[in-house]
Amino acid sequence: MDEVIRVKGLTKQFGTLEVLRGIDCSIQASEVVCVIGPSGSGKSTFLRCLNGLEDASGGQVLVGGVSVHDPKTDVDALRSEIGMVFQRFNLFPHKTVLENITLAPTKVRGLSAAQAHSRAHELLVKVGLLDKIDAYPNQLSGGQQQRVAIARALAMQPRIMLFDEPTSALDPEMVGEVLAVMQALAEEGMTMVVVTHEMGFARQVADRVLFIDEGLVVEEGTPADLFDRPQEERTRRFLSKVL
Amino acid sequence: MEQVLWFGWFRADIIAEYAVLFWRGLQMTMLVTLICIVQGTALGLAIGMARLAEARHAPAKQLCKFALRWPSTVYVSFFRGTPLFVQILLIHFAVLPLFINPADGLLISGETARNLKQNYGAFLSGVIALTLNAGAYISEIFRAGIQSIDRGQVEASRSLGLSFPRTMFHVVLPQAFRRMLPPLGNNAISLLKDSSLISAIGLAELAYAARTVAGAYSRYWEPYLTISLMYWVLTLGLAYVVKNLEARYGRGDTR
Repeated sequence: MDEVIRVKGLTKQFGTLEVLRGIDCSIQASEVVCVIGPSGSGKSTFLRCLNGLEDASGGQVLVGGVSVHDPKTDVDALRSEIGMVFQRFNLFPHKTVLENITLAPTKVRGLSAAQAHSRAHELLVKVGLLDKIDAYPNQLSGGQQQRVAIARALAMQPRIMLFDEPTSALDPEMVGEVLAVMQALAEEGMTMVVVTHEMGFARQVADRVLFIDEGLVVEEGTPADLFDRPQEERTRRFLSKVL
Repeated sequence: MEQVLWFGWFRADIIAEYAVLFWRGLQMTMLVTLICIVQGTALGLAIGMARLAEARHAPAKQLCKFALRWPSTVYVSFFRGTPLFVQILLIHFAVLPLFINPADGLLISGETARNLKQNYGAFLSGVIALTLNAGAYISEIFRAGIQSIDRGQVEASRSLGLSFPRTMFHVVLPQAFRRMLPPLGNNAISLLKDSSLISAIGLAELAYAARTVAGAYSRYWEPYLTISLMYWVLTLGLAYVVKNLEARYGRGDTR
C-alpha cells in the first residue's frame, strides 16, 4: 500500500503546556483511521497538525512525501489536496450553499463557473441536499450544514479527508445522516482520519483505531482488537467510560 | 435688498443675498467629506491590516512586527490622541510648506508651488489632515471588524487551499464589512461635521461661509442657524444611506 501520511516524533506545546509529546504514525492510501481519546488528550491538535493549521513544535509531518511544516512548502497547494471538516461546520454565512462549494474550486483550481456548478450539483446529490443549493447556511439544520461542509471539502477532490469531531456539535437525531455520508465516502476508498467520540462508527467503519491520551498514542489496532481486547490499562479505563 | 423678516426676527434676506456663498460652501463641504471618506477608508483598511500583520517564520515575522505593526500602532495612537484642530494647523502651517514651497519645497517648488499654495493650499492641507485622522479611526473599525470574525472561518478557508489574501477578500472582509457598517456610518457623520474645522485655515466651506456672513452683518442667528440646518440634513442623508446599505448586505449573517 502507498503511505500518504507519515508522522515522526510530532510534538506540540502551547506555552508551557505539552499537548503532543512525540507522536509517530503512518497512514496508508484508502485507510480509514479513527482517533479516539479523552477530551484534552491532544487528538484534535494532532489532526490540525496534519494540514498545518497548527505549527509543530518538533518532529515532522509528511503528506505525500512533502513536509507540512517546512517554511519552503507551498502550504496552500498542499491543503488543496487535504479536505477538512470541522466540529462547528464553519460554512461561510454570507454565501449560499452553492457559493460555499464553488469558491475554492474556481479560485484555487481555476475551474469555470459552469464546471464548478456541475461538480457542486453532483456532490449535493451525493449528500442529499440538492434542494438546498440556493439556501444560506443559517437556513439549514446542523446536520445539513455539516453535510454541505463535507461536500465543500470534497469539491476540491482531495486525496485525504480529515474530520475533527464532525458530529459533536449536532443534535442526536442528526448524527446518523452525517455518519452515513462519511461511511459512503469510506466505502469509496477515501483516505480518512476521523477524530470522533462515536465509538459505534469507529468500530464499524475504521480500518484502524488510534487511542491517544496525554499527547501520546497509547494503543492502536483494528477496531476488534482495540475495543474488545485492549492491552493497556488506560485504554480499558477510557473504554469503560464511553462504551 | 429689502429687509425680509421671518417670525419677526429672522433676517431671511441676508441668507438670500449670500445664497451663492452658502451653496458653494455646501458643495465644498460635501466634496471634502466625500474625498476623505473614500481615502480614509482605503487608508484605514491598509493601516488596519498592518496592525494585524503576522507571519510564522523568521524574516517575515520580524518584518511584520517592526515594519508594520509598530509604525501603524504609533500612527493610530498619535492621530487619535491629539486634537484634529491641532493636526490641521500642524499640517497646513508646518508640514505642507516643507513639501510645497516656492523656495525649496521637497516635492514642488518655484512658481507652481506658489500657485498651488495660493489656490489650493487650504484645500490640500484640509483634505490631507482629515484623511490621516479618519484613517486612524477607520483602521480601528477595520481591526475590530476583522477580529470579530470567528477563527473557524479563516481555518475553513485556508484548509480549502485559499491563500491568506483570498481568504481576506472572499471570506473575512465581506463578513466584517457588514459588521463595520454602523461604526463606519458614524465615522462618516463625524467626518462631515469635523470638516467645519478646516474653515480655520481659510477653506471656503459651509462654516467659512457662515463666518463671512456673520462678519458682514454682525448677525449670528441667521448664518449659523442656516448652516446648522444644512449640516443636519446632510447627516440625516448619510444615516439613511448607511441604513439602506445595512439592509442590503445583511443576508445570511447568522450572528
